[in-house]
Amino acid sequence: MAEVIRAENLTRHFGDVVAVDGISFAAGAGEIFGFLGPNGAGKTTTQRMLTGALRPTSGSVWVLDHDMVQDPLGAKEHFGVVPEMANPYMEMSGWDNMMFAGELYGVSRGDRSSRSEQLLRQFGLWERHDSRVKGYSKGMKQRLMLAMALLHQPDILFLDEPTSGLDVASSRQIRATVRQFAADGGTVFYTTHNIEEANQLCNRVAIINQGEIVALDTPEALKAPFAESQSVVVAFIGQVPVAQLEVLPGVQRVQKEGDKFRLYTPQPGLVAEQVSELARQHNTHVLTINTLGPSLEDTFLKLTQRPTIQQGEASQ
Amino acid sequence: MKSFSRLWVVAKKNIRVYYLKGPVLIFGVFFPAFLFFAFAIGRHLPARDLVPGLIGMAIFFTASAITPAIIPFETRTRTLERLLVAPLTISSMLAGDILAAFMFGLFVSIIPILISVLVIGVSIAHPLIFVITIILAAGCFAILGTLFAVPVTDIPADVMMLSNLVRLPLIFFSGVFMPIEQMPQWGQWLSVISPLTYCTELIRYSSIGGNHFAPATSLTILIGFTLALWILSIRLHQRNMSRRLAL
Repeated sequence: MAEVIRAENLTRHFGDVVAVDGISFAAGAGEIFGFLGPNGAGKTTTQRMLTGALRPTSGSVWVLDHDMVQDPLGAKEHFGVVPEMANPYMEMSGWDNMMFAGELYGVSRGDRSSRSEQLLRQFGLWERHDSRVKGYSKGMKQRLMLAMALLHQPDILFLDEPTSGLDVASSRQIRATVRQFAADGGTVFYTTHNIEEANQLCNRVAIINQGEIVALDTPEALKAPFAESQSVVVAFIGQVPVAQLEVLPGVQRVQKEGDKFRLYTPQPGLVAEQVSELARQHNTHVLTINTLGPSLEDTFLKLTQRPTIQQGEASQ
Repeated sequence: MKSFSRLWVVAKKNIRVYYLKGPVLIFGVFFPAFLFFAFAIGRHLPARDLVPGLIGMAIFFTASAITPAIIPFETRTRTLERLLVAPLTISSMLAGDILAAFMFGLFVSIIPILISVLVIGVSIAHPLIFVITIILAAGCFAILGTLFAVPVTDIPADVMMLSNLVRLPLIFFSGVFMPIEQMPQWGQWLSVISPLTYCTELIRYSSIGGNHFAPATSLTILIGFTLALWILSIRLHQRNMSRRLAL
């Protein structure tokens, strides 16, 4: 897979604070590269360096064949950006924002108009294309941002928390667009703190914590070393004492989740059998039972709460 | 060519978003006029003697009026980040801001020029110098406006206060209300450091006649101010731009 985005020893200091500390990674064509981390981990700073909004203190960024420091304009022509906070011009209409974006990226007049109409229709904004953006909902603004980012038919999309705080329909539409963009050969750099979203969407995920990449691999490979986080989630029709669930062989701990119990165990099959037996002993029935593998959330929490490990270690 | 078309895109956006507003246009026309009348009324000065000051003040206030607020405002609304990730250099972005301010300054200053010529009856003795001065001054003051936006803030009122703190005193020792030679000695010393001085000098020379500095000197110094302010503005904005993203 050809490298489309490459960061090498990327570092950014703000005074004495090291916001990003020598990170390196690469993303290829057709890849959705997730960038996951807690608040303040350095996600947005990294994206800003990748997109040329912020100059790195040291290290380098390559976008296709363009060095972001030496040739930022050449690099910037190849990507579209949806920043963390939607930032179209509120005093302008959706259509005028599209025209502005198109002109800024040198899209010809004819293409600007035809692609804008197509994108605004695709994102359900055509009916309001002449209205000022000030009156748009958050979801509409974010969809407009994505439409603006796609207008010049970029090779790369940088998205920073694009679905944060959005309604379900807008989030789904944005995710579907991202999937299609990658399926068509585009590269997506997807910054998020939504672990499940990264799990579902990304080919690979880098987890950043305190300015350092603590893991970088596919979501499944990242989860693998945390097999002890497997669990059985069970709901009973009647009552079963929690104390008896906790003492079942192989159960490490029990967590109540609504009307269900989550039993953490390295042996989910064995525990599932014992749970059914326990229900029979109490003259009740199991309503639902599911075995769950380790979640990316478990991985994320463990990786961001312990010292740095080397890239690739998670999959070994 | 690409750079010019992109700075023109920024200028058009600024004109649409910031300049083509009723209150901005009204302020641009009335504020210099009110200041002028506040000084002129009751002093029984011939109206034509006050024309260079009125035109100079109109260009000065209109060309430098809105630019200081644009970058702080765009920092606050996060539209600045959109420009920073676009294929656009910081100097092109600034040039777009300046071009919009320049056009606004030229457009609004046409009103006092027309009043001076058609109502007051002033004739322009040196039209070429007059036109060059108007164009050069509008550019110089538009650039000056971007300098007021250098402090890293996302509150437009902060830079507007700084802008007025500099601009208002400047009009009192720049030959706007009286020719430089009639000002006290300390005023004449201070007048040397104001680009507005050379603007009003050249307008006075090319319209009603009379000058303190030789026209060539005034023109050279005004060009020098324009270039120096441009270089200073670019350097300072390049240094501060990334700090705005942290606000």
